[in-house]
Amino acid sequence: MYTETQIIKSGAPASIAGALDGTGELVINVGPQHPATHGVLHLVITLNGETIRKIEPHLGYIHRSIEKMCESLSYRQFIYVTSRMDYLSSHINNHACALTVEKGLQLEIPPRAQVIRVLMDELTRVASHELWWGAMAMDLGAFTPFFYAFRERETITDIMEETCGARLTMNYICPGGVNYDIHPNFQRRVKDFIQLFKSKIHEYDELVTGNIIFQNRMKGVGTLSREDAISFGCTGPVARGSGVSSDIRKLFPYEIYDKLNFEEITETAGDSFARYMVRIREMHQSISIIEQLIDNIPEGDFQAKTKAVLKLPKGEFYSRVETARGELGVYIVSEGGTTPYRIKFRSPGFSNLSALDHMARGSKLGDLVAMMGTLDLVIPDIDR
Amino acid sequence: MTTENFKEYITRVLPAAIFDESGEWLNVLIDPKDWKSLAQQLRDSEFDFNYLFCLTCIDWKTHLTMVYHLSSTGHRQTIVIKANLDRANPEIETVSGIWRTAEFHEREVYELFGVKFLNHPDLRRLILTDDFEGYPLRKDFEDPVNMIKL
Repeated sequence: MYTETQIIKSGAPASIAGALDGTGELVINVGPQHPATHGVLHLVITLNGETIRKIEPHLGYIHRSIEKMCESLSYRQFIYVTSRMDYLSSHINNHACALTVEKGLQLEIPPRAQVIRVLMDELTRVASHELWWGAMAMDLGAFTPFFYAFRERETITDIMEETCGARLTMNYICPGGVNYDIHPNFQRRVKDFIQLFKSKIHEYDELVTGNIIFQNRMKGVGTLSREDAISFGCTGPVARGSGVSSDIRKLFPYEIYDKLNFEEITETAGDSFARYMVRIREMHQSISIIEQLIDNIPEGDFQAKTKAVLKLPKGEFYSRVETARGELGVYIVSEGGTTPYRIKFRSPGFSNLSALDHMARGSKLGDLVAMMGTLDLVIPDIDR
Repeated sequence: MTTENFKEYITRVLPAAIFDESGEWLNVLIDPKDWKSLAQQLRDSEFDFNYLFCLTCIDWKTHLTMVYHLSSTGHRQTIVIKANLDRANPEIETVSGIWRTAEFHEREVYELFGVKFLNHPDLRRLILTDDFEGYPLRKDFEDPVNMIKL
């Protein structure tokens, strides 16, 4: 069915006999159902012995054509679909869409809503990085970190459930603000979480970061140079691990990020360990942002007054946010109606995945898992 | 880089380019024939547009429009390059050799809009199955089996 096997055959004659005696190439499939891909990602890998010659991703196993669907949904409705893209940062996806619609409507957002949005974004980022940390350690052969990560992540999910009514697809941020006010318990529970997180985070370092087995499996593996990271359009921790400053919260601040005190984390090594360290250090920054805001939520409305039916003026609107995986861009082309004429989601995972072939060539098959783990792929975000 | 000297530069190399500043960023509409050489110059000249962060297509029913969002990790300014393509036979030069991220994005546009990228190293379907018929993101696409219209 797939033509690449023919391409490889016509390019460099490969036969099973050649592969067996070590002179030829062997094509193997990883996925679409494979525990290390965390979703339905299909990689066609050309191997010479244990060395990777080429990786071709095959996408689309859960392609729902969200962009086409959105063309027939109103500006209030389409946000709910976007929670299903990168399901680990659904708040931030909703946020990006709300920002684009607000840009078109030139809406002013009440300060209370802005602070709530940022708090939710940062809680989501911590939750997403926690899940990544547990899953990545599991990919590398350790099962315990997964339970450690979920112990803390569960607390965030419970906080979300209380305020948003959902644990995964929150659909909480809407054009104009947020859908409903925070739960009375919200502040107390977030403070409890901060305390819990601070008392447990050292375990992460003791268990994984400082572990020589993990370090040896990650250092020097999947190195991506600064120029390549830019050329492949990598964003988020993948780009920052290669020394590219790409944090949208710093470069193009939205909401109240320009008034907050936090650092953009960058590492220069460009290998899997650098990407790992960026995410670990980012969790501390997010906690610091939450600490700055949790006692300073201004009083007032949680939603600006908007019309029941939203109509964007004719034109093009683009806004971007920093999700847990990188830069999410929402591009809306409006013809002046109640639905977008064309909508494009520039998802971070799609561009980050395109660098996988380049960074994996020449390395061993066993290291591929470490690379994919630190790319932090979420397949619905790639397929859309 | 200022918008003024950038416009001056574009007018010098492409006198036929049309500017539109009504939106957030400067839009430049060019002829698809000029795209490859302009793209190379944009990345290599002092304007240093090394980061292609969004590549997509819009179906206007009469023609297709390719949209390239370019930025730079140095000066952080953004420009948008557009090129109108013939809907019956859409063809444009690939820029995957200039910005490597374009390789995947162009494959996506190729299968969803049917735009043919000339000299693309590996122009195959990325998302859809091999036997899929039609270009789903075109406006006249109707799928009787899978519900897309809600």
